Amino acid sequence: MLEVKDLHAYYGKSHILQGVDMHVGKGEIVSLLGRNGVGRSTTCKAIMGLVPPIGSVRYNGVELAGKEPHQIARLGLGYVPEDRQVFPGLTTRQNLELGMKSARSNGRWTIEDAYELFPRLKERADTPAEVLSGGEQQMLSMCRTLMGDPELIIVDEPTEGLAPMIVEQVGRFLLEIAQRGVSILLVEQKLTIALRISQRVYVMGHGKIVFEGTPAELQANAQVRKEWLEV
Amino acid sequence: MFELFVFSIINGLVYGMLLFMLSSGLTLIFSMMGVLNFAHASFYMLGAYAAYQISVYVGFWPALIIAPLIIAFLGALTERYGLRHVHQYGHVAELLFTFGLVYVIDEIVHLIWGRLPVDYRIPPSLDFSLFTLFGASFPAYRGFMLLVSVVMFVVLYLVLTKTRVGMIVRASLSHPDMVRALGHNVPMVFTMVFALGTGLAGLAGVIAGNYFITEPGMAWAMGPIVFVVVVFGGLGSIVGALWASLIIGIIQTAAVAMPYSLADLFAVFGLQLTRDAPLADFWFLELARIAPILPYLLLVLILVFRPRGLMGTRET
Ligand SMILES: Nc1ncnc2c1ncn2[C@@H]1O[C@H](COP(=O)(O)OP(=O)(O)OP(=O)(O)O)[C@@H](O)[C@H]1O
Ligand SMILES: [Mg+2]
Repeated sequence: MLEVKDLHAYYGKSHILQGVDMHVGKGEIVSLLGRNGVGRSTTCKAIMGLVPPIGSVRYNGVELAGKEPHQIARLGLGYVPEDRQVFPGLTTRQNLELGMKSARSNGRWTIEDAYELFPRLKERADTPAEVLSGGEQQMLSMCRTLMGDPELIIVDEPTEGLAPMIVEQVGRFLLEIAQRGVSILLVEQKLTIALRISQRVYVMGHGKIVFEGTPAELQANAQVRKEWLEV
Repeated sequence: MFELFVFSIINGLVYGMLLFMLSSGLTLIFSMMGVLNFAHASFYMLGAYAAYQISVYVGFWPALIIAPLIIAFLGALTERYGLRHVHQYGHVAELLFTFGLVYVIDEIVHLIWGRLPVDYRIPPSLDFSLFTLFGASFPAYRGFMLLVSVVMFVVLYLVLTKTRVGMIVRASLSHPDMVRALGHNVPMVFTMVFALGTGLAGLAGVIAGNYFITEPGMAWAMGPIVFVVVVFGGLGSIVGALWASLIIGIIQTAAVAMPYSLADLFAVFGLQLTRDAPLADFWFLELARIAPILPYLLLVLILVFRPRGLMGTRET
């Protein structure tokens, strides 16, 4: 459903993405791995139109390059940024409400679903979002995007800086929403969760895809792991 | 002394709320788009002239509604077809754009209405004395100005805190890109906020133009003081803008009414200065005469001691 071909992106003069090719099928969980600074987040932003994409990004046959981010979101793409970006000054509940694309929610997911997925959010419903812990903010950010009823969700480093127990919860959450029909493009640096839940993985290095395969194939390929992943 | 105090507070409130009508829009625009709109006071002037022109044909009351709407529409056009286009060239280009706009609007006003003040008057229905206090009368129109600005503040507050659009605006203050990625049309929200801000400036012009005087210099008279208020309150803070408006409004109004000088202050401590003391002109300068520079003095002080303003979140 998502097809990225020869995608380039620039920050000013620096050429960050140098021809990325990848695709995500319906119902798939796909991970995008790589070291710091290779351009994984930039790939996410270019797909969402937050960084001008050069090349082709097609979603269900529709060309996304050149569209506004809100138009892209309304086609059914969801994005959870690596820095979570919860809205300060608004409560947990208000953050979730803003995830809905219109006042009258008619998506598959309701705020009650979010509270069920993460009971912690219900306890914090009326707390200003900026005082939530890192883990709670991550849960909120993911659920907020879910409220917009995406068919495909791009989640950028959801486990960064979280305690192992919360990392487990995030993993279970991703599996749960995948089971309910949401495709996932997961950006990760740690292999643990990514290898366990995804059907396919991409490894990125210097603005290009350098490996594509199943988690098992990556496990078997010590050379790729050594050259592009291990620090 | 007590009556002076009471009158300064009341008149300061009127003037302060008028300043707030201008500064709230300016600070809202700044915090959403990062643009300091130099032309903000020009929209205030346009509001006064538009109200004058409309009231010539249909009277003051329709003008009170129509003129701000026209100014808001002009603001929307300015954002949509001017600023948004200039945005890609960076903030300096945006500043220069709004700066240029000041002169363009000045010239347009000269061309249409000439260089002399126009005869924009308080409506007869509001031209009476509301009450008399300590022997001085309080004009009904001043009460009306206060009423309009308080109503505007309450509406603005409710819209920002209680409505979905208000929530989208507040969310866009911190993470506009995230709001866009959630499927909200943030560029359109920007246009609406710009229209709202300029519309409020227009409304301020409508209700102040006939109380003060509607003439081509009124934008230049008001512009700097509004910037002082916004910086003093803290760029991007509406609550800060409210406090700064009231403080500056009251200080300035009070100072104008004070026939006291530093020499009087020394006299309180038993130090009698005479007219032939060194720098006597300075010591005997009445507060009323330095009132106009007080806001700028406050600006300098706040920049030195608290660069982010009363309640601002970022450095100026
Ligand atoms: N706003 C920006 N302006 C200029 N350069 C940027 C900007 N954002 C990222 N970069 C640069 O682009 C490169 C890729 O950044 P990106 O955020 O895509 O990396 P990443 O793979 O997500 O890594 P990580 O998230 O671990 O930092 C980096 O070298 C980074 O310094
Ligand atoms: Mg990243």
